[in-house]
Amino acid sequence: MLIALFADIHANRQAFSACLAQARDQGAERIVLLGDYVGYGADPEWAVTTVMELVDKGAVAVLGNHDSAVANSREQMNLEAQIAIEWTRGVLGASQRKFLAGLPLFENDGERLYVHSEASSPASWTYVTSTLEAARSITATSAQIGFCGHIHQPAVYSMSATAKMTAFTPTTGAAVPLLQGRRWLVVLGSVGQPRDGNPAASYAMLDTDKRELTYCRAAYDIEQAAAAIRKKGLPVWLANRLFLGR
Amino acid sequence: MAKPLHEPGVVVDDYRLEELAHSGGMATLWRVSRPGVTMPLLMKVPRIGEGADPAAIVSFEMEQMILPRLTGVHVPKFVAAGDFAAQPYIVMEAIPGQTLLPRLPELPLPDAEVAKIGAKIAMALDDLHRQHVVHLDIKPSNIMFRPTGEAVLLDYGLSHHFRLPDLMQEEFRLPFGTAPYMSPEQLRGIRNDPRSDLFALGVLLYFFSTGVRPFGESETLRGMRRRLWRDPVPPRGLRGDYPPWLQEIVLRCLEIEPAWRYPTAAQLAFDLSHPTQVKLTKRSEQLKHDPLTTVLRRRFNQEATRPRTKQALAAQLSSAPIIAVAIDLAEGSAALNDALRTTAGRILATLPAARLACLNVLKQGRLTIDFTLDEQGHNRQIDRLVGLRHWAEPLKLQEPRLTVHVLEAVDPAAAILEFAQANRIDHILIGARQSSLMRTLLGSVSAKVAAEALCTVTVVRPNLTAEKEKPSSADDSGLSSTG
Repeated sequence: MLIALFADIHANRQAFSACLAQARDQGAERIVLLGDYVGYGADPEWAVTTVMELVDKGAVAVLGNHDSAVANSREQMNLEAQIAIEWTRGVLGASQRKFLAGLPLFENDGERLYVHSEASSPASWTYVTSTLEAARSITATSAQIGFCGHIHQPAVYSMSATAKMTAFTPTTGAAVPLLQGRRWLVVLGSVGQPRDGNPAASYAMLDTDKRELTYCRAAYDIEQAAAAIRKKGLPVWLANRLFLGR
Repeated sequence: MAKPLHEPGVVVDDYRLEELAHSGGMATLWRVSRPGVTMPLLMKVPRIGEGADPAAIVSFEMEQMILPRLTGVHVPKFVAAGDFAAQPYIVMEAIPGQTLLPRLPELPLPDAEVAKIGAKIAMALDDLHRQHVVHLDIKPSNIMFRPTGEAVLLDYGLSHHFRLPDLMQEEFRLPFGTAPYMSPEQLRGIRNDPRSDLFALGVLLYFFSTGVRPFGESETLRGMRRRLWRDPVPPRGLRGDYPPWLQEIVLRCLEIEPAWRYPTAAQLAFDLSHPTQVKLTKRSEQLKHDPLTTVLRRRFNQEATRPRTKQALAAQLSSAPIIAVAIDLAEGSAALNDALRTTAGRILATLPAARLACLNVLKQGRLTIDFTLDEQGHNRQIDRLVGLRHWAEPLKLQEPRLTVHVLEAVDPAAAILEFAQANRIDHILIGARQSSLMRTLLGSVSAKVAAEALCTVTVVRPNLTAEKEKPSSADDSGLSSTG
């Protein structure tokens, strides 16, 4: 089975549409959504409605910190994120807010685990920046393969049978075999606000038969996404950074 | 776990164990057969379980990831892999014959043979590097040759693949590899520099041509670390008649700093295949190793020899292409040759590590007997070589970047294509002949080269927009190549 995984969509309609279309062309049979559907971007209503429709059709979705912040103003965030979330709160309808509030912090799917930030303490929204946090996340559950987002930079961590860790920055389009006999933490790049220096939208495809993971990029109309952010009066850096992928 | 693999006759997933081929510290190799498969097969089974070296499992995992992703004649063909949870194994093509290991008692080998073997291994390395892999364990026991002559590189257990997680990287504190062949940067834990393989090949060339290992056989880390500052005794110091060109190549491979070695395996293969074209530097004359002051400076000023910023493999390979330019030396080709020089100059200006091979084809008649000397008694080969150097002179290339070659052939296009393939040329520049009776009758050389080459081909034309009205006066009844 081919699973398409998306993280950190951040209300970027142009980016998410491009990723969904490309993943469908690649033959995606199942969709996994790793949180942060809103925040930063100009189309939170569209983003949440789309996620709700996908979940209706069988997609898995977990909660992200921005999604949580819509209902919970105590979530700690930087100033720009806070401005965007306050604006988002006013834009979303009641059914959308209810949907976000009802999302789980993590989801098990056979040997796989889906979580937004990391698995040892999902509601603390810890960033996985090194093998240290990756090891903590891997050992927190019995899943063979964990998937997360949150940091907006693709990475693959593995833990051997003797608990030795390795870290790896994946190459777009090159399939990575997730060997049996070791455990993995797959960190996705961001659909709606990439920060790895490449402005194209980032997602991943998992082939469960081959146990192979491929990181993908989708080019999208950044100009339009940025214009929408400016038009909504959101902080201008949120528009500018899309061009830089930072 | 399935039944342990201990004896012939055991069947694992349709593969029947026939005979134990090799038993090493990390894995055992079995000759196996499978109904319906005619290709001779080898099964590699890692030593795992109680008391096994943890590196055995990891290096097996690496090989299990890397081998299925490799293609071409220079690697054993991957056939199947066993599930790690049940019985881990890899089945691959068994290459007939022996590795280079049994040849050690014959050392030293004749220089020409060493160069030939070296060129074949360098070609194989070039192929491997282009597939995003650094081998990191080049040594005689990992090298075989197909009956057709191509080198085959075995054992990817210590290799680094640029697009796969490097499980060896953080697993072990000590560097992994084979002590006598390990590069200085590998000793420092750097696993992603393709030039490490060129260093190991340099060790092999030194050993095979002198019978002596350049850095001895010390297995201790202390002994191995000496190579971080101590250069080997130049081969000419061991043997007075050692050819300077071979010493130049070998010592360049053994440079402590990777940036001073050949930039690519293809460039090394090129020099090994064209000994007369090797540019000799001070390296070729050295009889003793570097003076103590130099060695002490290296030893105590580690900053100077510290590894530079890691360069991505792809960037490293693409920054040092070999470009071939086909030059027609016949009368009336001046405008075209100027255009070719301009195009070559543009490419070389952006790539300081690129090198240029200038070609000319001395056309042989199909039926006539050709003489090396023409009617005036000139040696046509030498005239052409001089002509090519003259063409290249305005480019002001430093010697090692420029080589000149006169190919003798009936079919110029076929000769250019063959040269390009044999020398791993990355880019061919060739001129388009103006419309002429010859082209109408014989077909276009550039069209054939452009259509059939395995690399990029640029067909160059002089900018003729200004002269468009003039009738073409270019006549190419000359003997040379381009068109």
